[in-house]
Amino acid sequence: MAGVIARRARKQRAFRWTVLILLGVFFLLPMAAMLEFSTRTAGTWSLLVDWPKLNETYPDLAAGIVASLEQAGLTALLMLVLLVPTAIWVRLRLPRLRPLVEFLCLLPLTIPAIVLVVGLAPVYAWVTYFLGGSSLTLVFAYTVLVLPYAYRAIDAGLSAIDVKTLAEAARGLGAGWFTVMWRVVLPNIRSAVLSAAFLTVALVLGEFTIASLLHRTNLQVAIEFLGKSSATMSVAVSLTALLLAFVLLLLLSLFGDSRKRKT
Amino acid sequence: MSGVAVHLKGLRRTFGAIHALDDLDLEIAPGEFIALLGPSGCGKTTALRVLAGLEDADAGQVLVDGKDVTRLPASRRDMGMVFQAYSLFPHLDALQNVEFGLRLRGRKKAAGRAAEMLDLVGLGSFATRFPNQLSGGQQQRVALARALAIEPTVLLLDEPLSALDAKVRVQLRDEIRRIQTEVGTTTLFVTHDQEEALAVADRVGVMKAGRLEQLAPPAEVYLRPATAFVADFVGLSNRLPGVVEGDVIEVLGDRLPLVAPRAAGAATALVRPESIGVTPDPDGSGRVLTTSFLGPTSRATVTVGDLLVVAQVSGAELPALAPGTAVRLTLRPVPVATE
Repeated sequence: MAGVIARRARKQRAFRWTVLILLGVFFLLPMAAMLEFSTRTAGTWSLLVDWPKLNETYPDLAAGIVASLEQAGLTALLMLVLLVPTAIWVRLRLPRLRPLVEFLCLLPLTIPAIVLVVGLAPVYAWVTYFLGGSSLTLVFAYTVLVLPYAYRAIDAGLSAIDVKTLAEAARGLGAGWFTVMWRVVLPNIRSAVLSAAFLTVALVLGEFTIASLLHRTNLQVAIEFLGKSSATMSVAVSLTALLLAFVLLLLLSLFGDSRKRKT
Repeated sequence: MSGVAVHLKGLRRTFGAIHALDDLDLEIAPGEFIALLGPSGCGKTTALRVLAGLEDADAGQVLVDGKDVTRLPASRRDMGMVFQAYSLFPHLDALQNVEFGLRLRGRKKAAGRAAEMLDLVGLGSFATRFPNQLSGGQQQRVALARALAIEPTVLLLDEPLSALDAKVRVQLRDEIRRIQTEVGTTTLFVTHDQEEALAVADRVGVMKAGRLEQLAPPAEVYLRPATAFVADFVGLSNRLPGVVEGDVIEVLGDRLPLVAPRAAGAATALVRPESIGVTPDPDGSGRVLTTSFLGPTSRATVTVGDLLVVAQVSGAELPALAPGTAVRLTLRPVPVATE
């Protein structure tokens, strides 16, 4: 009996390792190829860490990086300001609206970016009219785009606590609604809020379609332009953006783990 | 901390077609401990939530110390509440939880007062523990300390013991009563557990369909139930047919006084098992069907013709009451409710 169990465990271990190696090769091989390609031209990586020089040599790329970072930060901020109070309020006061809010938040997931742009184009004509053509105006479109992921993360955080009882306990102790949200609910969904923010940043840093079709700039648009003049630099920047997204997702899973450990 | 008077006046609350509160009137004297008892859906929790300001009444008034607080939000009612679900803030330790309400009021020496309250509930040494490091009973004690720390006008307890195991329930129940007597806060305690209600309250209010059926001291609710519903809900009752004559009812050959007068004629008496004596008698009209040993007491089920009668007997009587034994039933002349 013990021999059968040991054999089965060995087989399962071998299967796990095979899957892990296959997936590793699938993901790492293209990255290794990118790394190899980007080092064919000397000085590519050193330029990437020398901001003044990069700004001077590739001003469009530098502008794209700055635009993307600003867009990511502002989108995360706008998303949190809109979504967190809404999700909490719906849970506390309007539970019947929850399926509707969930449906609306998940809707962008079902609409291809290209279709979204067709709908957004006339809206952006007005946005340009009122706010100018800055790339930062993409924040509005990106906030819609990240809703499905951010909503899921925040909703999961709210599901993990008894929001209604905590809010009622706080109100009974004299807390107004703002205090309930700021001092009671928010600290208890901190890791969910961070997850939502990380996902937002990762998504915005990788967004190309909407920015390109609405004639705005961001990192991905800049990489695409750069690819026409300096292929090695464009691949190096792509690889960096990819690794940054990986790091963000890793941080996200670490936060998720620490939350699980606490509960 | 001294208690204030509370008056729930003609409260109505409906949820769709359900009348959770139907013209509910309840007066609580300063410092009194009232337990609201009733089956699920009778409106007891709704009454407590309306008093707390967590639920709006469709009609009626909530008066606290003579002041109308019906439209006042929960955050401004100054009431301490302990919930059925664990309600400690998970990101704060026990001391910070107790301090929460004090800090909102800008109270100086909040930490000192919070520590005092933790001592009062016997958890002074658990101040730095987080809720997930406390047992269910400890969490409810901290919740009680938190509710009392703000010196509430009224203490509201919404089935705070129902998630705890039997032994901890009894301990905490007694502790709640001790603390309430010590601080003197007017208290409304909602429960569906009759033993709990009878054990701790100054008066017990039995609710049915949004209304109070009876509000009286525990002994009176048990011994002189005002209605058949109360007799049936609080404790066990045998439904025995009888005939009313004047102010007594004749049941199984015994004459029992009535709790409330009623017209002469056939009626059903609600007789407690402990009011029925069982004596072995070869000429008796009853036959023992089953017996059960329940620890401090025992129970015998006896058939009398088509009737099934449950009687409470002592453990010493059990050996003489084997199934099939012929017995005579004696009904003690305590007042009974009828229907």
